[in-house]
Amino acid sequence: MSIAPIEYPPPVNSSEEFVSPPVDPEDERIEVGVAIVGGGPAGLACAIRLMQLLEDEPQLAESLGEVPVALIEKGKTPGSHLLSGGIMRPTAFQRLFPDMDESEWPTFGPVEKERVYLMAGKNRAIPLPTPPPFRNHGNHVVSVAQLGRFLSGKAEEAGVYVLPESAGYKLLVEDGKVRGVRTGDKGRGRDGEELSNFEPGSDVIAKATVLAEGTQGHLTGAAIRYFDLSKGGDPPQWELGVKEVWEVPKPLDRVVHTMGWPLRPSAKYREFGGSFIYPMGEDKVSIGFVVGLDYRDATFSCHDVLQELKTSKLVQGILEGGKRVGWGAKTIPSGGYWAMPDRLWAPGLCIAGDGASMVNVPQLKGIHYAMHAGMFAAEAIFEGLKKDSTDDLSSYEDKVRSSEIETDMYRSRNMRQPFNKGFFVGGLIANFMEASGGRFPGGHWKTHDDAGVDVFIGKRNKKYPKPDGKLTFDKLSSVFASGNATRDDAPNHIRIQKNVPLGLATMWENMCPAQVYAVPDEVKDRIAQNGGVDETELVDLQITPSNCVQCGAITAKGGRLTPPEGGDGPNYQQT
Amino acid sequence: MSGILTYALHYEGEFNKNSLGAVSEAAKLASELGQEAHAVVVGDDVTEELAAKLGNYGASKVYYASAPVGIAQPVVDVMAKLIQDHGYSYALFGGGLLGFEIGAGLAARLGGGVTMEVTAVKVQDGKLVAERPILQDSAIVDVDYAGEPGVIIGRLNAFEIAESGGSAEVEKVDVELSEFSTRATVVQRGEQRGADVNIEDADLLVGGGRGLGKAEGFKLAEDLADALGGAVAATRAVVDAGWYPYAAQIGQTGKTVAPKLYLAVGISGAIQHKVGMQNSENIVAINKDPNAPIFEFSDLGVVGDLNKIVPKLTEAIKAKKGS
Amino acid sequence: MKICVLVKEVPDAAVEKRMDESSKRLDRSGEKNLNPFDTHAIEAAMQIREGGAVDVEEIVAVTMGPESAVRALHKAVSLGADRSVHLTDDALAGSDVVATGYALAQVLKSENPDLVLLGQQSDDGECYTIGAVVADHLQMPSLTQVIKIDVNEGSLRCERQAEYGYDTVDVQLPAVISVGDAINEPRYPSLKAIMGAKKKPLDTKAAGDVEIDTSKVGQDGSKTAVLAINPPPEKAGGEIIEDEDTDETVEKIVAWLDERKLLA
Repeated sequence: MSIAPIEYPPPVNSSEEFVSPPVDPEDERIEVGVAIVGGGPAGLACAIRLMQLLEDEPQLAESLGEVPVALIEKGKTPGSHLLSGGIMRPTAFQRLFPDMDESEWPTFGPVEKERVYLMAGKNRAIPLPTPPPFRNHGNHVVSVAQLGRFLSGKAEEAGVYVLPESAGYKLLVEDGKVRGVRTGDKGRGRDGEELSNFEPGSDVIAKATVLAEGTQGHLTGAAIRYFDLSKGGDPPQWELGVKEVWEVPKPLDRVVHTMGWPLRPSAKYREFGGSFIYPMGEDKVSIGFVVGLDYRDATFSCHDVLQELKTSKLVQGILEGGKRVGWGAKTIPSGGYWAMPDRLWAPGLCIAGDGASMVNVPQLKGIHYAMHAGMFAAEAIFEGLKKDSTDDLSSYEDKVRSSEIETDMYRSRNMRQPFNKGFFVGGLIANFMEASGGRFPGGHWKTHDDAGVDVFIGKRNKKYPKPDGKLTFDKLSSVFASGNATRDDAPNHIRIQKNVPLGLATMWENMCPAQVYAVPDEVKDRIAQNGGVDETELVDLQITPSNCVQCGAITAKGGRLTPPEGGDGPNYQQT
Repeated sequence: MSGILTYALHYEGEFNKNSLGAVSEAAKLASELGQEAHAVVVGDDVTEELAAKLGNYGASKVYYASAPVGIAQPVVDVMAKLIQDHGYSYALFGGGLLGFEIGAGLAARLGGGVTMEVTAVKVQDGKLVAERPILQDSAIVDVDYAGEPGVIIGRLNAFEIAESGGSAEVEKVDVELSEFSTRATVVQRGEQRGADVNIEDADLLVGGGRGLGKAEGFKLAEDLADALGGAVAATRAVVDAGWYPYAAQIGQTGKTVAPKLYLAVGISGAIQHKVGMQNSENIVAINKDPNAPIFEFSDLGVVGDLNKIVPKLTEAIKAKKGS
Repeated sequence: MKICVLVKEVPDAAVEKRMDESSKRLDRSGEKNLNPFDTHAIEAAMQIREGGAVDVEEIVAVTMGPESAVRALHKAVSLGADRSVHLTDDALAGSDVVATGYALAQVLKSENPDLVLLGQQSDDGECYTIGAVVADHLQMPSLTQVIKIDVNEGSLRCERQAEYGYDTVDVQLPAVISVGDAINEPRYPSLKAIMGAKKKPLDTKAAGDVEIDTSKVGQDGSKTAVLAINPPPEKAGGEIIEDEDTDETVEKIVAWLDERKLLA
C-alpha cells in the first residue's frame, strides 16, 4: 500500500490566510522606506547595499522618513536561525565590502586542502579525485550564524533598523501591490487565547518589500501562490541537513565531503546525500549530514544517520578527544533552476535567496547567490525609489537573470534529478553533465514534489547507534544544545493533519530532527508486543511544537511550518 | 583583628537549623585558626536562655540585642558595631534569605568582601578561603579576602550541625539603630501558603512523567505525594498531553525547584526536565527503562514497573509514618 | 515619584558560560542580553505607573557595564523606561558585588530616586544581594525576593518569599526593592517601542562624573579575589535497585528515605 504525504495536505490556505490588506488603522501603522523580511545573507546584504546607495542621495534618504530601511528577523538576533555547512564563494562579500581586507572577513579563512571520500562501508573510506563541483579553492569556510551577526552589526552601523524577535506573519497587499508586512502577535496561549501580556503585531508599511526568508519562506510561499509566480515551474525540492559543531584538540587541515555509506545506493530507497566536515579555525570543526527529502523509508532519520556516521573510523579520528558544542538542522532548497519561481518580483515586492531556491546543489553553494540577489534587489528598488514608483521591479528579475546566479543554476539544472535512479546511475549521469558543462543530457529533467513520494516502514532504524552522550546524542539533548528555550504554552505553529496513517506518522517522527512528532506510545507498545505493522492504520499524531527548530522539513513533507512567536526557536551561535 | 562572629536566626523560640550549622562551622574553623568563635542573636523577644543555647554548638560567647525581627538592616547595625568594637576578622551566615541580606549589607557597611552560596570553607595560610559554585554549578571557585572583615554566606544546608556540649558567656548589647533601619516593618511573618499554590515552596515533590501511561495515572502520584506530605509536579510531556496543569510543570521553561526530596515516577530525565530539578537534595527515580538518563543523576534509582511499586510504596510510607 | 531601575547585561542563556582561566573572570565575549530578572523589575515599575495609585514622573534605567551594555538599556527603554544612564569606565572592570553596589549607589545618588527596583539575581554573578549593598550606601531600607508591591503615598506594602514562608512588610520610601520572577509577567515591547528606543535620552557617565573613589572599585579595589577555578565535585553515582520482589524493593526505598529523615 502506498502512502504519500501529499494525500494528507495540511489544513492551510496560505494565500488567503497570510495575505491581506493592512489591518491597523492608518495612524497606528509604522511607515518605513523599505521593509526586508529575514536577517540572513540575502536580507542583510540588501539592507546594507540600500544604505550604501542612499548615502549618495541624501534627499532621497530623507524622503523615506525616520526609518529608511527596516529589517525584520524572527530569531533572537540575526544569526540565531542561520545554519549552513558552509563554504562561501567570496565574490558577493567582496562586492558588498570592496574596501575590507580579506583578513577582516568574518570567516575561517580560505579552503586549502580538500578530500572527497566514497564510504564503501563504516570503516572503508575510499578517497576520490575531487569532482569539479566540489572544488573549493579560493572559497572560505564560514559559520552563517556568525556571518549573520557580523552583517547585522554592519547594517546597524549603516543606519538600518534591525528588529529581531519579530516574525513576518502576513503580507499586506492592496490593489494588487505589496504594501508591507504585518508582524506576528506575542503573548498567546496554547489555544491561541490572549494572555495577560498579549501584544498584537504591527503593520509595517513600506514603499517596497523584500522577502529574504530563507528556505521554506512563510510569506514567500504565500506570495508565490497569491501572485502566481510559479506558473510554469516545477515543484521545489528539498534536502534536510543536520549538523554539529565540535571543539577538537587536533586541528583539521582540510575540507572533507563524503558520499555513500551510511546511505543505501538502491533506487528502491532513493537516498541522496552525503556529509561534510569543515575546519573552523584551529580548534573547531563542523560536521553535518545532508539527505534529500524524497527518500522512501519512513524509518530514515537524518539526525541518527549523522550519529551513525560519527562512529566510522574516519570521523572518530577527526573528533577524537573533542566535545560537541552546537547542533542544528535546516532544509536546503535543491530543486535548482527548474524549481525557481518563474517570476521573482511583483508590484512592490522582490524575493531573494534560498526562499527563491537560489541554491546550486551540486556545488553546495547558496550564500553568495543570496547576497548577490539581495544586492540586486537593493539596486532595483533604489532605481524605483528615485523614479518614485516601485510598482514595476522587473529590473530586479533582469539583474538576476543576467548574472552568474542564472548561468550557474542553468548549468547544473539537471544534476540533482537523476539521483532518483539510485546512487550509481545517478552519479554517472551527473558526471556526464558536469563534463559536458550541462549540455548532456540536455533538456528539462523535471523535479518532483517530495510530498508526492510514497513511503513504507522499513528497518533503517535498527542500525542507529544508542546515544552515549559523548560521541552520539539523542534528539532532545540536541534540541537543548541548539539554544531552543521556547515557552511550552505557546500556540502550535505547525499546520498538519493529526489523524494520519501510521506510515506517515512514522515518517514524520523519524524525519524531524527535533522530535516534534511522535507515534502514540500505545501504538508503539502494541506493535512491540504483537508485531504486525500496518502502515495504513490511522493514528493520532502527537506533537510537541516547542521542540521545533524551524528547519522546514515538515513543509516539504505534508505539513506547513508557520513562524512561531518572534524570538522563539533555536539560538544558533556557530552553525 | 581576629575571631569569627556568626549570626543565628531564630523563629518562634527555635534556632534555624542553617544557623546552627553556621555556628558549628565557625567553631570548627576558629579552632583551626586558634581564634574565638562568637555568635549574635537579634530580635524583640530574645532571652538569655535562648542565647545561651548556642554554647552547645560551639560558640564561646553570644551577644544579643533588641531590635525588630525579620528585617536585615537592624542586624547589620548590631553586627557592624560588634565587629568594630571587638575586631572580628570574619562574619559567617547560614543559608537563607536574611543571611544574604544581612551579610551583603554588612560587607557594604564595613567595606569588606562577601561571598555567597558558599558550600565549604577551608583554612589556608592562617586565613579562610570560601568555596562557592558558579555558572549553574558547573564550576567551583576558591575565593579569598583582602582586608577585613570577610563575610561568608553559606548555601542552604552547606554547614553541618555539631553539638559540642560546651557553654557560652552571654552578653546583652545596646545598639543605636540607623535611622533607615527602622523604616521597614514586618506586618506578618512566615505565612504558610501551601505548596498547592506554588510547588516551588514544597519540601517534598513527586514528579510524574509519561511513564504514568495516561492522565489517570497521576492518581498514583497524588496518593504518593499525600502519603509523603508533599506536592505533585509534572514534566513538559504530560502537560503537553493535557494530563496535568501547566502550573505543576518543572523544567527549562517551567518552574525550577530544589526540594529536599524529588521522587520522579515514570520520568526519563531529558535535559529539559533535569535543569529544573537537578539541585534537589535527594533524587529518587522509578522507571522501567534501565537506560533512562535519570538514573545517571538520581541518588536512588529503582528499575521496575511503577504500577507495581508506587501503590505499595504509598502504603508502606503511610504505615511508617503512622507508627 | 521617580523610579530608577537597575539593569544588567548578561551572557545569553544559549551561550555556554565559561570562565577565562587567565583573568579568573567570566568570559563575556559571547552573545549578551538583558538579565531576565530585570525585565520583571521594569515591568513592576510600569505597573506602578499604570496602577495610578501614585504619579510616576520618570522611570530611569541605569546600568554599569562596558560599551555593549547600551543594548540592555535599549531593551529597558523599549519596555517602558523614559531614559537611561550608562555608567562605564575601565576603572570599574573586575569589580566584585560590593564594589559594583558602591558604584551603582554613586550613580543613583546623582539621580535621587524615590524608589530603586532591580531584579533579584543575575544569570552570571549569581550573588542575589546587590540590592542590599546599594541600599546600605544609599541609607535606604531594602527588601529582596519581593513578589508583590502595593503603593500608597510615601510607602510600599511588599510581600516577600523567604524559605520559611511569606512575609508582609511595610517599607517607607525612598527604598530599594529587589524583585523575584514570580512578581509579574513582563510585557512584550511593541515594534514601535523597539524602534523608538534608540531615540530616548541616554547619558553616559564615567567614574569621575559621579564621584566614585576608584580605589574602591575594579579588580584591585575589590575585597574578594578568585584564587582558583575547579571542576565541580564528582557526584557519587547513585544506588540502583532492580525490582524483583516488590515488597523487598519498597522496604529498601522506605529505609533509604527514613535514613535521610524524609519521612518525618
